[in-house]
Amino acid sequence: MSTSDAAVGVTSVPYNALDWLIESWSNELREIGEELGIEMLEYTFMHHAFLVGALIAVMAPLIGTFLVHRQLALIGDALAHTAFAGVAVGLFVNATFGTGISPYITAVVVAMVAALAIELISEVTDAYNDVSMAIVLSTGFALGAVLISLNTGGLAVGINQYLFGNLATVSRENAIILVVLFVAVSLIVTLTYKQLLYVTFDETAARVAGLSVPWYNRLMAMLTAMVVVGAMQIMGVILVAAMLVVPVASAAQVARSFKEALLASVVLAQLAVLVGITLSYQYEATAGGTIVLVAVAIYIGTILLGKVQSRQETAEARPIPDEREQIAD
Amino acid sequence: MAHDSKQYREELVAVRGVSFGYTASPVLTDISLTVDRGEYVGIVGPNGSGKSTLLRLLLGLHEPDSGSVDLLGQPARAFAEREKVGYVAQDVTENTKRMPITVAEVVLMGRFPHAGFGRVTSDDRERAHEALETVGIHHLADRKITQLSGGQRQRAYIARALAGEAELLVLDEPTVGVDAESVDAFFDLLGDLNDDGMTVLLVEHDIGAVIEHTSRVVCLNRELYFDGDPVTFAESDALDRAFGTNVRRDDEVVVS
Repeated sequence: MSTSDAAVGVTSVPYNALDWLIESWSNELREIGEELGIEMLEYTFMHHAFLVGALIAVMAPLIGTFLVHRQLALIGDALAHTAFAGVAVGLFVNATFGTGISPYITAVVVAMVAALAIELISEVTDAYNDVSMAIVLSTGFALGAVLISLNTGGLAVGINQYLFGNLATVSRENAIILVVLFVAVSLIVTLTYKQLLYVTFDETAARVAGLSVPWYNRLMAMLTAMVVVGAMQIMGVILVAAMLVVPVASAAQVARSFKEALLASVVLAQLAVLVGITLSYQYEATAGGTIVLVAVAIYIGTILLGKVQSRQETAEARPIPDEREQIAD
Repeated sequence: MAHDSKQYREELVAVRGVSFGYTASPVLTDISLTVDRGEYVGIVGPNGSGKSTLLRLLLGLHEPDSGSVDLLGQPARAFAEREKVGYVAQDVTENTKRMPITVAEVVLMGRFPHAGFGRVTSDDRERAHEALETVGIHHLADRKITQLSGGQRQRAYIARALAGEAELLVLDEPTVGVDAESVDAFFDLLGDLNDDGMTVLLVEHDIGAVIEHTSRVVCLNRELYFDGDPVTFAESDALDRAFGTNVRRDDEVVVS
């Protein structure tokens, strides 16, 4: 795919810069591959896959940590399915009007609108519940399915890549979309980290402290939509939510502090993506599924580790010293 | 009445003729009370009497159906100097959140309103550490908050308020799930903070503890039954009227 049919609306200077960046990354990996004799690094699509995978493995657990600890793990799944509707909208528009918009762009837009809708619904009606999530989830998927079936022609053939993800279809253009999403998500989380943490940990106290909880909820949902669409390329609609949840759950087993939990979830997600992509190349298995299975294996490992850890802690620190008693250690 | 009557009167909280209901039936009817700087006020009343709702109203979390609520001289709903109010919620002693987070991280949150979108500085960390020392649990700073006992966790949340330089400390049923011995130590801590100038306002089910430790009792059951000093409260029949006469009163203690 040439750079000329780049996403509509992307101005050319930053686009070219990103293009150059990804080109350099690709060359770097190719050299490393030649040096070490790693066969899979001969292919440009693998370079893109590793780049996209690494970026996903930073932003998914980053957002997922806030979601999981607010007991909103399901929202990722709901938004992924609406993102599928977004893909269908993109394909539909392209087929009808002969345009060349990337379906990932329409997916981001639709998912972010859906994210806002979920928030507004839960603000107007009761609090979050699985029922409203389930409704949004199935509505999104139904809309996608209907739009695609309305399209005559060979469109349905390309649907699998959105449902299950595909390493080989990570074009340079798609990688650029992901880099842009990554930068946006990282910047916003860095800027609002304290507020998000406060709202996540103690919503009432956050309100008393003057934070606009609904506003941060909306922001969180929008960020989730961006991450979900970004991760969809490799993970697919059906499995993308796993990246938001599984590494975070693993990290919670072993981490003591919130900072540690964030860091551990990113490290474990990187491990899952790296091993998962490599295995999926080696055995020609689907990447999304392989990554999730590796992540779950890591999760089981951390549960065992966490059990050992807490047993040690109990042995060391029982009873927890009260203020009047002396400290045990 | 006020803890240190030498001080000039400054109203931190002013509730004027407030009525409020979540649905059509009112939870609170025509409540008026003011809290001056330096006071130590305990709000008592039976379950469902609207105590917690009153707290939420004066924190600006709800809009009253009628009447007005001022917090530090501003309407509570539009109140901007949020860091001056420290709130400890009712359920913090329960171990519901499984979130991995340390005591130090929780206390540091008290600094977040000061930091805004900026970075947390070493000065912020220093203040958080001092707050932990004040409440006597600095040795637990690196523990997970979930590993603490109910009483210790309660102190951690007070430390968070102190770290935020709160001038008014609002606590909702702070001793639920805290063992009896820790309850005494906890009220001693609140007394010390009050001696140092902190205004304390708490809702409490343990009427004996309120009479023993606070300097002013507000008795509530949808409407105001009593507002005055603990000794007069203990001698009055306000409790009977508020709770209804068929309520067992074995909670009560004799005030020295």
